[in-house]
Amino acid sequence: MPTIEFTCPDGSCRTVEARPGASVMETAVKLGVPGIVGECGGGLSCATCHVFVDVDQIDLTGRATDFEEEMLEDAVTPPTELSRLSCQVTMTDALDGLRVTIAKEQQ
Amino acid sequence: MTGCIAVVGAGQAGLQVALGLRALGYDGRVVLVGAEPELPYQRPPLSKGFLAGTVPVEELELRDASYLGEQRIELVLGRSVVEASVGDSGGELRLDDGTTLAFDGLALATGANARRLPVPGADLPGVLGLRSVADAERLRAGLADASDVVVVGGGFVGLEVAATARAQGKRVTVVEAADRLLARVAAAPFSAHVRAWHEAQGTTVLTGRTVAALAGSGRVGGVVLGDGHLLPADLVVAGVGAAPVTDLATALGLRVEHGIVTDPSGRTSHPRVVAVGDCTVQPHPHDPGRLLGVESVNNAVEQASAAAAVLLGLDPGPRGVPWFWSNQGELKLQLAGISDGHDTHVVRGDGQDGRLTVLYYRAGRLVAADVAGNPRDFNAVKDALARGCTIDPDAAVDTAVPLKTLVSAVREPASLA
Ligand SMILES: Cc1cc2nc3c(=O)[nH]c(=O)nc-3n(C[C@H](O)[C@H](O)[C@H](O)COP(=O)(O)OP(=O)(O)OC[C@H]3O[C@@H](n4cnc5c(N)ncnc54)[C@H](O)[C@@H]3O)c2cc1C
Ligand code: FES
Repeated sequence: MPTIEFTCPDGSCRTVEARPGASVMETAVKLGVPGIVGECGGGLSCATCHVFVDVDQIDLTGRATDFEEEMLEDAVTPPTELSRLSCQVTMTDALDGLRVTIAKEQQ
Repeated sequence: MTGCIAVVGAGQAGLQVALGLRALGYDGRVVLVGAEPELPYQRPPLSKGFLAGTVPVEELELRDASYLGEQRIELVLGRSVVEASVGDSGGELRLDDGTTLAFDGLALATGANARRLPVPGADLPGVLGLRSVADAERLRAGLADASDVVVVGGGFVGLEVAATARAQGKRVTVVEAADRLLARVAAAPFSAHVRAWHEAQGTTVLTGRTVAALAGSGRVGGVVLGDGHLLPADLVVAGVGAAPVTDLATALGLRVEHGIVTDPSGRTSHPRVVAVGDCTVQPHPHDPGRLLGVESVNNAVEQASAAAAVLLGLDPGPRGVPWFWSNQGELKLQLAGISDGHDTHVVRGDGQDGRLTVLYYRAGRLVAADVAGNPRDFNAVKDALARGCTIDPDAAVDTAVPLKTLVSAVREPASLA
């Protein structure tokens, strides 16, 4: 199973296994990785699943889509070029070893 | 003291109470009893991705079993609570397998049941409601074979089902008794925008039309409208709302008026019992004296988190801005605040580019907005409401001006002194 390495808002790191096809948000929330809220369950409606993708991997995940970008504009932690709403990033074997930093504030 | 808090109903709200108790440091037993066999799961995808087949069942689960184990949440699934009693120092539940559970604090999170169509023929095979994953599985199987789908009820769930069915190439008709879609929640221009989108997809929308009966022998074959007109149908979906589950609350002697009466933090009329989520009605935020049911994930989560604090004797803190979303195919609706009780509204945009915002005011002050396809507007309104601010209604009609630049402090009426 592909793994994801999360850097949590408190600075701690956590590596978890993800089900291929599951989103990064879903993986984090289900396992209680702190910092990702995901209130809308991946409905692209709450912007509480904001992460920064590792700079070397952003081309693998792709960048935020237009609607996602508009949601991110007003996320509690200001977005950067590396920002994604993690419910929009689907895990695949090609993303094995994905490293994301969870935005400090989500609500 | 039994050192046990019992939660009845393992849905979005019940799970959140259980996790909230742990997050606040409660160390006793937390027992979550749920009538459905599945791990606590999310309902919103049932009418969207899950129904469409793009979201697998594992994705509905709210938390992994391993995490619930780590949190020492004792799950009793596939079991209903059939009796409850409570006194000054605690109480007891009886489950449908005859076992009992003593508690010193109780949370009712029993949700709501989908309403059935109150017409002859409503029990024919092929007439389905949608509340649970079991319902959604039946509906998904029914959709696979159906050609003519009639959705009764033009509310959020009905419209989401209609969008999903239409995307699968079915002939879809929505029948709504009110004179417009979403009549209970949105102003007319928003209803018109939503209707235009569905019609552009090829869905037939009939408003101001009632259903008198469902026709068919052995299986549903059509929908008889109040005016005698017969619509062919091989699948009928009832999207006519949900009724709060209140029987245990009534048996416990709690105050019940349509839903279990609570405050925003889930306090009931009994100090050892909280109630949360779709089974409750709460004080209306700006229509004093009235009670309001708020059926949303946001309410389930926030009220449950607050109620966990109440059960532990802690301050639950203030509630955030209520909000809701509904994805109907490419149509993305986001609602902030409670528009019920508004006295005026302002429309921003003409919907031509897929974007339309309706801002709602009461006594000159912003109380809510319905937003289609425009996260910036949604976020601006949520932010304004969170800060107790308003937005100038006259300036808001100009779509060239970003809404967030119009957020301003509320000018209280000049005092007479
Ligand atoms: C199809 C659908 C789509 C939706 N879409 C959206 C959306 O897009 N956005 C949004 O914000 N909200 C949406 N909602 C609303 C949202 O899902 C609900 O507000 C939320 O699920 C309420 O959570 P709850 O825990 O109060 O109730 P529920 O999730 O209904 O859970 C209650 C649980 O209690 C159990 N129970 C009841 N009585 C007993 C008993 N005596 N013993 C044991 N268990 C019992 C029930 O079996 C049920 O599992 C949707 C709802 C549905 C049905
Ligand atoms: S979970 Fe809500 S936007 Fe990602």
